[in-house]
Amino acid sequence: MRHELLLTVAALAILVAEIFTSEKNKSKIINFTLVLFALVTFIGFIPGETGNLFGGSFQSSQLTVFMKNILNLAVLIVFLQAEGWLRKPENADKISEYFVLTLSTLIGMNFMISAGDFLIFYIGLETATIPIAGLAAFDKYKSQSAEAGIKLILSSALSSGILLFGLSMIYGATGSIYFADIATKIQPNALIALGFVFFVSGMGFKISLVPFHFWTADVYEGAPINVTSYLSVVSKGAAAFIFTIVLFTVFKNIVEMWKPMIYTLAVITMTIGNLFAMRQNNIKRFLAFSSIAQAGFILLGILGAGELGMTAIVYFVLVYVFTNLGAFGVVAAIHNASGVETISGYNGLYKTNPKLGLLMTISLFSLAGIPPIAGFFGKFFLFTAAAGSGYYILVLIAVLNATISLYYYLLVIKAIFIEKNEHPIPEFRSSNAMRIALVLCIAGVFIIGFASGIFEYIRSISQLFLN
Amino acid sequence: MNILTLLVLIPVLTMIGVLFTKDYKGARLVSAIGMGVELIATVYLVLAYLAARKTGMMHEMLFTSDFMWYPSLNIHFSFGVDGIAVAMIGLTSIVIFAGIFASWELQFLTKEFFVSLILLVTAVYGFFISLDLFTMLLFYELALIPMYLLIGLWGTGPKEKSAMKLTLMLMAGSALIIVGILGLYYNSAPGGGPLTFNIIEISKINIPVAAQRFFFPFAFVGFGILGALFPFHTWSPDGHASAPTAVSMLHAGVLMKLGGYGCFRVAMFLMPQAAQEMAWIFIILTTISVVYGAFSAIWQTDLKFINAYSSVSHCGLVIFALLMMNETAMDGAILQMISHGLMTALFFALIGMIYGRTHTRDIREMGGLMKVIPFLAVVYMIAGFASLGLPGLSGFVAEMTVFVGSFQHQDMFHRVVTVIVCSSIVITAVYILKVVGIILLGPLKDQHHAHLEDAKWYEKLSTVTLVLAVAAIGIAPLWLSDTIVASLKPIVTRLATVIPF
Repeated sequence: MRHELLLTVAALAILVAEIFTSEKNKSKIINFTLVLFALVTFIGFIPGETGNLFGGSFQSSQLTVFMKNILNLAVLIVFLQAEGWLRKPENADKISEYFVLTLSTLIGMNFMISAGDFLIFYIGLETATIPIAGLAAFDKYKSQSAEAGIKLILSSALSSGILLFGLSMIYGATGSIYFADIATKIQPNALIALGFVFFVSGMGFKISLVPFHFWTADVYEGAPINVTSYLSVVSKGAAAFIFTIVLFTVFKNIVEMWKPMIYTLAVITMTIGNLFAMRQNNIKRFLAFSSIAQAGFILLGILGAGELGMTAIVYFVLVYVFTNLGAFGVVAAIHNASGVETISGYNGLYKTNPKLGLLMTISLFSLAGIPPIAGFFGKFFLFTAAAGSGYYILVLIAVLNATISLYYYLLVIKAIFIEKNEHPIPEFRSSNAMRIALVLCIAGVFIIGFASGIFEYIRSISQLFLN
Repeated sequence: MNILTLLVLIPVLTMIGVLFTKDYKGARLVSAIGMGVELIATVYLVLAYLAARKTGMMHEMLFTSDFMWYPSLNIHFSFGVDGIAVAMIGLTSIVIFAGIFASWELQFLTKEFFVSLILLVTAVYGFFISLDLFTMLLFYELALIPMYLLIGLWGTGPKEKSAMKLTLMLMAGSALIIVGILGLYYNSAPGGGPLTFNIIEISKINIPVAAQRFFFPFAFVGFGILGALFPFHTWSPDGHASAPTAVSMLHAGVLMKLGGYGCFRVAMFLMPQAAQEMAWIFIILTTISVVYGAFSAIWQTDLKFINAYSSVSHCGLVIFALLMMNETAMDGAILQMISHGLMTALFFALIGMIYGRTHTRDIREMGGLMKVIPFLAVVYMIAGFASLGLPGLSGFVAEMTVFVGSFQHQDMFHRVVTVIVCSSIVITAVYILKVVGIILLGPLKDQHHAHLEDAKWYEKLSTVTLVLAVAAIGIAPLWLSDTIVASLKPIVTRLATVIPF
């Protein structure tokens, strides 16, 4: 419960601080929040007690705490990256809104991770979803941003409705909303199957699995970059955690029923995501489709049921946080300095901004799963988990998809290093907060793979969680 | 400290050193010193290895060290070498040493160039000393990736396309390898017990035959792609032709050997039954490689393409010989790897140097270069003679051993393919002599070439190192052959103990 309380206090503190700062000093809220949230993140890592609350509606274990810590860390990096953007004059009157809305969604996600019944789960889901629509429409004078907000809220509402419908069927079939009860009473019958399909469709929207991904590219493109990175990393990571938890605990007795479904989703998500990513020239759309493909890889871990699958997913998301935020950080820094958002605009970046170019390259290599950086380990363990359940053909499809993905990542790297450009992005120096964020990302990308202790720790807490 | 750790550490330190240099002179100097030290360390390794064997150390692998990395998956940092790995490390050290001097004049993003090049070579060392499939895969992929930038940035011709093609095809190969490795891992304890990635441990058990049949093609084709196995060789001509000199040298000379090495160390050694059963398919493919590569080389007019197709032909011979699965032929395969590695590196170095002077690689535009640049021309001839298998040079020793070994099979199939493959010697002679005749001998064709400068000291150093190595193997092949054969014994025994089909 500590995480949720701390986040609530932080969100309220920011609102109060907003009241007591004068118009001129609004930007001081940024520093205040950064320090406050760094503190919150740090406190989250202090070991504490775990257990159940509210008659099992709220469950906390070392694994859920670790997941929440990953999310906190990711949000901290997002905030650091957003600093330069929030200091721009057009955002002066809505600084605290950005922080408060983001933190509210984070609270919602934390509740979902710890949910012990479908009621808390659903409340968490709504808390996590609605403020994001506000965030997506943050650049209110840009029609694209407003469009992104509308698209997000409409598709979220639809997906929530579908999910709720599915839950009602599961309730009808088992007579309970408690995870523990459902897990024992669940039978592989038609009603459960239907309910499950609706549930997966609803969750599919959040993780942007194909064929529920149509909102992703437009929203990612329209929303401000720092919101996009939040959507792509934190929101998606949290949804992957929750999806895994629910499948591994609530639906564990009907594994045989959902495995073919997840198998199919994994194959089409990876393939379609990859095929569309190849054709993009807008870097945000490009990262959107690449993140769809990455979501397909996460499903491999779900198929490798058991603790290894769980471990692989949590580990992959941890890696994905640092990797993807590294890429988004570079995109945000470049956008802040020059407004460039296209891949062809990156031509010749290495000549003028070698460090950013290198950072982007490393992040993209990590996304593609190239050793010795973290992405390789993340992908390899997902493959290991899936192969452990005997899905060798799926692993083959996945590794071939990883090769295809390398193609489009190399296209960006080609733009950065090889392509000539008459007017490359001029040399610039990004803000200190951005630099800290990027250093954090790059350090994470290099360290996580070699420090096997992280993987072993996740594995031990996953074991505790599943038994 | 373990000598093998040192072999990986020296290039890493060199890379860091290069990062701190100011200009291109500093970068190349640091690289040269680093790779010089590496060469000395390699010589020490060879001597230490031979000494250890002489004192009667009978373990399969020497200088082993083992660190637990991921305990729950049983992944180790596990290092060790046998005679074959030592030979490959020796090859790598010689080629990279020569490669540094062959790119002495490079002045465009020099620092980045040397860092990428040495990163690549670090991965190659890591690959050869790995005893754990996971670290092997890690180093394998690490070796492929710097190639994209090396070709894309410093290459010539349609470099971006070639770089992309090469990277993607080789990464697709490593995708197959991942499946193969995971299959081996999950079948590594058929009688229960902990699963393992360790090659030596897996080689002590018998993987279930059904699993072997399923995973052998993945592992073999995966590594085979890097070994230019027909029909997956198409990356090689484009890639090698577009790459800068040192990269062509290293790629054709060393990296393609990673493929052959992986083919027998992982695929054949660990899955002998399937290897026996499916060998015929791959023997046919490699036969096509050898003959097709040689014929293609005849029709090319670009020096680099000629050599690239000749590499396809020679590397095909390596895998062909491995699949013969007897001691003589496999010994020949390893000799061929080293011999081809050295002479193809020599060729690419020379082509780079000639191109740097004439600014063309088209043989129709050159002629009579012997009079203008006698040193380079003579060395080119030596390389050519080694390639067509003249006795006294390394090519003869290797090819002779391969053919003797493969003819030891009594059945019709093996003898027929051997005869077909033998014909490649003649075809090789055709294109080598044709090139030598056209560009080196005869009257001077282009008057602009009349005042070319002959080799500079660094170019001489680069080529002489390689020529000496080629000649050494040609004149005294036994010391190398003996080292290899001793280590081949366990592999051949294992391949022979299963029932042939």
